[in-house]
Amino acid sequence: MTTQPARADTAGETKYQLDLLRQMLLVRRFEERSSDLYQMGNIRGFLHLYIGEEAVAVGAMQAFSPEDAIVSTYREHGHALARGMAATSLMAELYGKVTGCSKGHGGSMHFFDAAKRFYGGYAIVGGGLPVAVGLALADKMLGRERVTACFFGDGAVAEGEFHEALNLAKLWRLPVLFLCENNLYAMGTALAVSHSVTDIALKAQAYDIPGEAVDGMDVLAVEAATRPAAARVRKGGGPELLEFRTYRFRGHSMADPELYRTREEVERWQERDPIPAFVRRLRDLNRLDDAGLARLEESVKQEVEEAVAFAEESPWEALEDLTKDVLTS
Amino acid sequence: MKTLTYREAVRSALRDAMNRDPRVFLMGEDVGRYGGAFAVTHGLLAEFGPERIRDTPLMESTFLGAGIGAALNGMRPIVEIMTINFSMLCMDQVLNNAATLRYMSGGQLSVPLVVRMASGGGRQMAAQHSHSLEGWYAHIPGISVLAPATVADACGMLLAAVEEPDPVFIMEHATLYPREGELDETSGAGDIRKAAVRREGRHVSLLTYGACVWKALEAADRLAEKGVEAEVVDLRVLRPLDSETFLSSVAKTRGAVIIEEAWRTGGFAAEISAQIMENVFDLLDWPVQRVCGVEVPAPYAKHMEDASLPQVEDIVAVVEANLV
Repeated sequence: MTTQPARADTAGETKYQLDLLRQMLLVRRFEERSSDLYQMGNIRGFLHLYIGEEAVAVGAMQAFSPEDAIVSTYREHGHALARGMAATSLMAELYGKVTGCSKGHGGSMHFFDAAKRFYGGYAIVGGGLPVAVGLALADKMLGRERVTACFFGDGAVAEGEFHEALNLAKLWRLPVLFLCENNLYAMGTALAVSHSVTDIALKAQAYDIPGEAVDGMDVLAVEAATRPAAARVRKGGGPELLEFRTYRFRGHSMADPELYRTREEVERWQERDPIPAFVRRLRDLNRLDDAGLARLEESVKQEVEEAVAFAEESPWEALEDLTKDVLTS
Repeated sequence: MKTLTYREAVRSALRDAMNRDPRVFLMGEDVGRYGGAFAVTHGLLAEFGPERIRDTPLMESTFLGAGIGAALNGMRPIVEIMTINFSMLCMDQVLNNAATLRYMSGGQLSVPLVVRMASGGGRQMAAQHSHSLEGWYAHIPGISVLAPATVADACGMLLAAVEEPDPVFIMEHATLYPREGELDETSGAGDIRKAAVRREGRHVSLLTYGACVWKALEAADRLAEKGVEAEVVDLRVLRPLDSETFLSSVAKTRGAVIIEEAWRTGGFAAEISAQIMENVFDLLDWPVQRVCGVEVPAPYAKHMEDASLPQVEDIVAVVEANLV
């Protein structure tokens, strides 16, 4: 996690932007490797890949300090990595190993890290929003200047809890930043098939909450929108909502035959792939060359391979601990 | 010792808990300005102010979920849900979050949340305000489920619940609120681990919880007139269940009648019965009996509602039919 201050000079800015690129690459390569490992049977259960949406997690996460709280969804690999959770502990979690970030209790959908205030991947769509409101309520009651960042998808917007959570957050003026990742599909159901009003940012107005739609394929645009919004929320300005318009290039999960969208549609969005787009931008600014990109790719590859090795070598949880964490003992 | 109502005992515990611990606050529908649907929280808004006595909009799922979030982040929330039927609207948060977060996070998170709700029938409130769904909650690992029957327990169990590191659900039978009893207001946190033997006897064990405890005690009085000494066990902690107390009782009396308002099929009584079979089957003189709610949505008309719920006569009749 890097919550770097505004960049004073070009060298600082270059370094910062290369770090954003590296984070996006890490998410991408981590997930590509996870996908392979899933096909090999080393990772089981559900695996929901974030590929295509990396600019959202990486761009948005820059706005949050270590004291802020993060609430995420079952598609949370990107959020966890961008929050600074170790790739080793995440890969071990995907393997179900006891060294995983949730001791192998959760798998892909349920990453947690109390020390990083990463309050988890919620796999009941919309279920994380009330929890986020409560985290923010505690911060407000305890007089802390903190934000709760609440990530959710367009599917959650159809759930009652979205509307309840926005209403309560505004009513009690709680420091929650609602971050909607609109990838246009709730599993296989398109936005227009789910919503009478498809403009999600507009829905915030119903609760007198500022709502803004942002290009979710542009990491700098995401960061530029999130940073001031988080600052306003932290200062007690009340909740806000950002809608990031993005797209997932892979299926909903590894089990998805993708009957609900065309190859052409996916390819059109892939032309806007946030990683090559950002690489082009950095090249145009002479901040990145082939050798620099190769170095980044190499270091990311190494980190992912270390994570895989760690997961492979890690032990399983002892059988006698089966019910150990059900209650505080 | 002081005589007060069950309602006042709950209020007394709420007041004590908030005075003792600044992290404790209460939220729910109409707990503040209205004074609580059952008048439990009457006067607390004036005493503690709107920051700690929070009226919520009608959104069971979100205010319960907000209780979870606040509990994760340093507070000690008490959430009131008007009735157990309304709690169906927040079962996702109960099961998938409150009960699950500790395990799913590998033990990193804990949810010190207390949830109170009114339960049960007998007030002609018909089929959306009268059910007895404690058994559904008691099915869920990761939470505690309490059913205080007495004034002392209404206060003591709530005070103990607020000190727990994990979620505690307290089911208050709605007919008990006006019931009077004795309370030592200095006694503090009560027992939330053990069942309580309310009356000792040697011929039959009446196993029950909540308002049915009082029906069982009345049945025991009537049976005593006929020379039958019934033991009444108030189960009161439905999860984690104190099996030892009721199994010991049954081992002694060699006969068991389980009484609960919930529907018979798949009810909590079935769990008690199964544990008796598993552990003390050889000691039974006659088959375990259940007196449960009739399998109908709660009727409105009084004669029909009465017929749908366990009554003192039903308990007496079952004991007499089996204890020859």
